Amino acid sequence: MISNLINRKIFTLLKVQYSNMLEYRVEIALWAISGIIPFFMLNIWTNNNLNESINISDTLLSRYFLCAFFVRQFSVVWVVFSFEEDSLMGKVSPYLIQPLNPFFRYFAQHLAEQITRFPFALIIAFFFFILNPESIWIPNLGILLLSIVSTFLSFLIQFLIQSIVACLCFWTEKASSIERLLFIPTLFLSGLLAPVVSFPAYVKSWIYLTPFPYLIDFPANLLSGNETNISGGLIMQILWIFILFPLFKKIWSEGTKKYTAMGS
Amino acid sequence: MVQNIINVKNLSKSFDISSKEPGLKGTIKHFFRRQTKSLKVIKDISFEIKEGEIVGFLGANGAGKTTILKMLCGLIYPSEGSILVSGYLPFRRKENFLKNITLIMGQKQQLIWDLPPIESFYLNASIYDLDKFEAKKRIKKLSEMIEIDEELYIPVRKLSLGQRMKSELLAALIHEPNILFLDEPTLGLDINAQRNLRKFLQKYNKETNATICLTSHYMKDITSLCKRVICVHEGAISYDGKLDLLLKKLSPVKEILIVCRSEEDAIKLENSGFTVKNKIKNEITIKIENNSITSSLKTILNNFDIEDLFINEPPVDEVIGKVLIKKDYDI
Repeated sequence: MISNLINRKIFTLLKVQYSNMLEYRVEIALWAISGIIPFFMLNIWTNNNLNESINISDTLLSRYFLCAFFVRQFSVVWVVFSFEEDSLMGKVSPYLIQPLNPFFRYFAQHLAEQITRFPFALIIAFFFFILNPESIWIPNLGILLLSIVSTFLSFLIQFLIQSIVACLCFWTEKASSIERLLFIPTLFLSGLLAPVVSFPAYVKSWIYLTPFPYLIDFPANLLSGNETNISGGLIMQILWIFILFPLFKKIWSEGTKKYTAMGS
Repeated sequence: MVQNIINVKNLSKSFDISSKEPGLKGTIKHFFRRQTKSLKVIKDISFEIKEGEIVGFLGANGAGKTTILKMLCGLIYPSEGSILVSGYLPFRRKENFLKNITLIMGQKQQLIWDLPPIESFYLNASIYDLDKFEAKKRIKKLSEMIEIDEELYIPVRKLSLGQRMKSELLAALIHEPNILFLDEPTLGLDINAQRNLRKFLQKYNKETNATICLTSHYMKDITSLCKRVICVHEGAISYDGKLDLLLKKLSPVKEILIVCRSEEDAIKLENSGFTVKNKIKNEITIKIENNSITSSLKTILNNFDIEDLFINEPPVDEVIGKVLIKKDYDI
């Protein structure tokens, strides 16, 4: 019954946010295009034959970066910026006195944006395959489903990390500057610029203890068919969600006590 | 007996405020060593509000009216004291409490900017667990009361301020709350829109027996809606009671403009012992205490040749203005 109600709320939120997102379809197409950093990295890797050092073929590498592009498209999060703006402008106030945590709104906003983004991502992938026909492959259904789950878990981890940072708005007002600190490890350790497997062994062992490789590297390797520890990766993703969620709840409950409803 | 729906006891709220000296030196000093001080904006206030009451909170800018409303609806956490609204501690924001209240802030919007208001209404309906049929029924009823129709299907960004405010009101009332917290609800609205909003609030209060707590700088909002006012001065309550008592206390005399048939009559009246404010030819303005108006007018009409007379109520804004700068009104 309770889950039904929540589902209905989320479904309506999703529907409304999707309608809202469709008002911005041009912007979403541009955002999708702006996420092509993995293709630049692919170019750098193949032109310098860097893949030879980690024993990955050109084909597998190009599939990896295509999958990194896809995972990134469906796990990108900007809640810290939205929440910070809403918090500073006093827009959070009416949401706070509704019987639904305001973060559900942002969550639905992100999901709606992902749905809107999907066709644009497919078009980019289509052009990628035209330029790299040797990279075409069809993942088996099981792997595809696990990759979707893993990408969603990656989105959840990033959403929770940013939501925790966003809650720091209650103390610092400019939480996005703290998010900037996380941007560097996310960029280098997530697998967006290079597969984590390319890092030295002693560094890798540390990286795998952080949430970063489970954001892009793990789901991208899974989808592209590269060798990866599927169960280990999924368990780590779930583990990070179990660590981050209570942390978010705690910081939210403490933060709202500090809320001053500025700008309203 | 009517129950108290809001109980506030010894409530205080402090904010940490950082201050900065002007100029480059001040900026550098502020960067390395921030000076913050705790500012007590609400000071040990207590009051009760009964179910179905409409209470106006009056005070100058920064007096603390909005902070009180924000604490009553659970938006901000009190520093000291206790608040009980409808049996709940507001800052805990329990679902049943939130379903019972609403907060409307003038010029602050919850509607989705790029979509027609109807989308936000259905969204709010689902947040408050209303099914589609019930939501439709309430939207129809409220839109008739508020008098909006076509605007429901036009993107919010294309609506006028008045239309937007009406839509905001509908969005905030779709769950039929028992307690309404209204912070400057008529801010920026034209005279007709203000009047319509007041009419609507009166109707809503009458039909649902909802309790309304209101702040406004437009005295017409207060005088036409509230029988009781709570005056807030520098975070403390300076007056809590009936509005008409306050007005009588603050303005114990009425001004009467008397047009005499001749200037001689006016001179006679001027010298008859009444307090004269001014005299221009055959027109004379005198001040009479509220409790002796009838007898004084009888004397004037019997003894002087009067062509016309006008009783002037002092402007409410002027009277209330006195409250905003005074610390205590003991009535």
